[in-house]
Amino acid sequence: MAAVQTPRQRIANRLAIVAVIVTTIIFLAPIYWIATTAFKPRALATTVPPTVVFQPEITPFIKLFTKRVQLTQPVDEEVYEAAPWWEKRILDGGERVLRVGDSVQLSAYPDRFLNSLIIAVTSTLLAVSMGTLTAYGFSRFRVPGEQDWLFFILSTRMLPPVVVAIPMFLMYRAVGMTDTHLGLIILYTAFNLSFVVWLMKGFIDEIPREYEEAALVDGYTRMQAFFKIVLPEAATGIAATGVFCFIIAWNEYAFALMLTNRDAQTAPPFIPAQVGSGLTDWTTIAAGTFLFLLPVAIFTFLLRNHLLRGMSFGAIRK
Amino acid sequence: MTHIELRDVQKFFGEVQVIKDMNLVIEDNEFIVMLGPSGCGKTTTLRAVAGLETIDEGDILIDGKVVQHLKAADRDIAFVFQSFSLYPHMTVYENIAFPLRATGQSRAEIDRAVRQVADVLRIAPLLKRRPSALSGGDMQRVAIGRALVRSPKALLMDEPIGALDAKLREEMRTEIKRLHMQQGSTTVYVTHDQVEAMALADRIVIMNEGVLQQVGSPDEVYLHPANLFVAQFVGSPVMNIAEAQVAEADSEARVVMPGAAEGFVFPRNLLGRLEAGGAKGDGLALGIRPEGVLVERERREGYLPVEAHIIEPLGSHDIIDLQVGTQMLRARTKAGFVPRPGEKVWVRIDPAQAHFFDVESGRSLGVRL
Repeated sequence: MAAVQTPRQRIANRLAIVAVIVTTIIFLAPIYWIATTAFKPRALATTVPPTVVFQPEITPFIKLFTKRVQLTQPVDEEVYEAAPWWEKRILDGGERVLRVGDSVQLSAYPDRFLNSLIIAVTSTLLAVSMGTLTAYGFSRFRVPGEQDWLFFILSTRMLPPVVVAIPMFLMYRAVGMTDTHLGLIILYTAFNLSFVVWLMKGFIDEIPREYEEAALVDGYTRMQAFFKIVLPEAATGIAATGVFCFIIAWNEYAFALMLTNRDAQTAPPFIPAQVGSGLTDWTTIAAGTFLFLLPVAIFTFLLRNHLLRGMSFGAIRK
Repeated sequence: MTHIELRDVQKFFGEVQVIKDMNLVIEDNEFIVMLGPSGCGKTTTLRAVAGLETIDEGDILIDGKVVQHLKAADRDIAFVFQSFSLYPHMTVYENIAFPLRATGQSRAEIDRAVRQVADVLRIAPLLKRRPSALSGGDMQRVAIGRALVRSPKALLMDEPIGALDAKLREEMRTEIKRLHMQQGSTTVYVTHDQVEAMALADRIVIMNEGVLQQVGSPDEVYLHPANLFVAQFVGSPVMNIAEAQVAEADSEARVVMPGAAEGFVFPRNLLGRLEAGGAKGDGLALGIRPEGVLVERERREGYLPVEAHIIEPLGSHDIIDLQVGTQMLRARTKAGFVPRPGEKVWVRIDPAQAHFFDVESGRSLGVRL
């Protein structure tokens, strides 16, 4: 049956829709800005008023992936003619691609990107698996001082992490873990662990104990019951928690900046360092940022149904 | 052959003792119903037998073997939960096959067993569905199927039909009975519904506040309740209980209810029986089920005149509240027997259906006339 709306309700609905559209535009504007800047010719990136219509090009991405030096004098006509199409764009910009022998020197971006991926994925896996087991323990067993433990775990998130940046740096330096993958993995796992324990405890509390008890009576061990019954039932919660952890680790800037500089450096501190010689090359930064946003965007998009359920979980009593 | 025994079982939740000195022997193929109000310890007892709850003292024996230290998985017992707890991420087929997968049987054997159980329970067409797509009754059948599929030593059921609506509950009750008659496995069934208990049980175990009150066939607990608790818990409508004085009068005994001018007529040998049962002079309670209160429209010898207060027409019969002294006595009559409230009627108590209890201890004096 179609719901009958009073004129008043109809106006309220329209207003709500307008508000949603406006909010969406506000949230999407920076992303639109980064995406378009990544494809702009450098000269158009900083015009006032902003350029909206332009011929997109991929020069910023070519720059992002290559090592370059500034040309001190114009290139020879012959060399220019012999260069591949993509190199001409660099030469047009007054720069030259660095080569060793015949091979083009790649920039550090792919490495930094890979570092980000390794560190974020590993720390997410660790935090989610350890946190889920911990949450299961708190949810199902009588733990002496349970409330105090849980509060203690939560309290690790009550301080802005940057407050402990200096002691953290000194500790890392003392044990020789600065600029290591393991260092950042441990750090991000520790950050996310309390968050995972709390979120997953909520999810597991919602799974009736009787499912496991049924499995226990049916001839399975507690561990088997956990893996065969609790994990599949908690999949939604795990997915939602995993996405949050991944985003936190992926986007972390301050500690990555302080604790890494080369080998284990992640993309966030690297991207803004892409300053072209002379002045900030916004198009290359935008290109780096744009690529950096993609994994999270894809990941979130794939898991969007789980995420929605995850965020509203427990909000409605059935 | 399965034989379950509980010996001096004690269980505490913190300070609260939920099972007190529980002693019970369950015979092979017996259908035992544990009956009691919520919080009486019946579910805890059942879970302790299954291995889902530890006990603090005493022994639980299955086939003569002490099992309280064994894990649930090693006791070879099946459990049906009130919530059915079918695994939502598995189909009906997978749910039923789940216990067999733990035993490492071959696919073909599992398949055969699942299909056989599905046939018995008439759920074969549902095997590919998910639990969320099932009706309450079918969910219950699947839960029972999952319990029966590996032919456990005993089947434990915790209010298995408590979550269903009244009509379905009646249907499933019959089905559980049919299944037990067909399969004949030792079954322990927990409920707070005395009708269910009466309908299903070979023997009923009645518990209150962690203490076993009476064990007996449905007839025994109905006709000869061991104490006031059982008397009032079993039977609907509830048994009338009234403090009473017994007086001697010529060739008969008279049972006088508080505030009443006259007493009900009883045979004279009541006095001797009461004494034999250990009755003290006062502190005596009379118990009589509504069908033991005989009502007449006309004056009759040995009947007392009273006024009908409230009439509850229930279709097949009426329940009538009669004022006797300061006490209300509920009687069961044919439908429409007393046309309207306020009518004067004549009542008598059927001595053969009367029970006498010691008020202080609640114990039945075992008087049978």
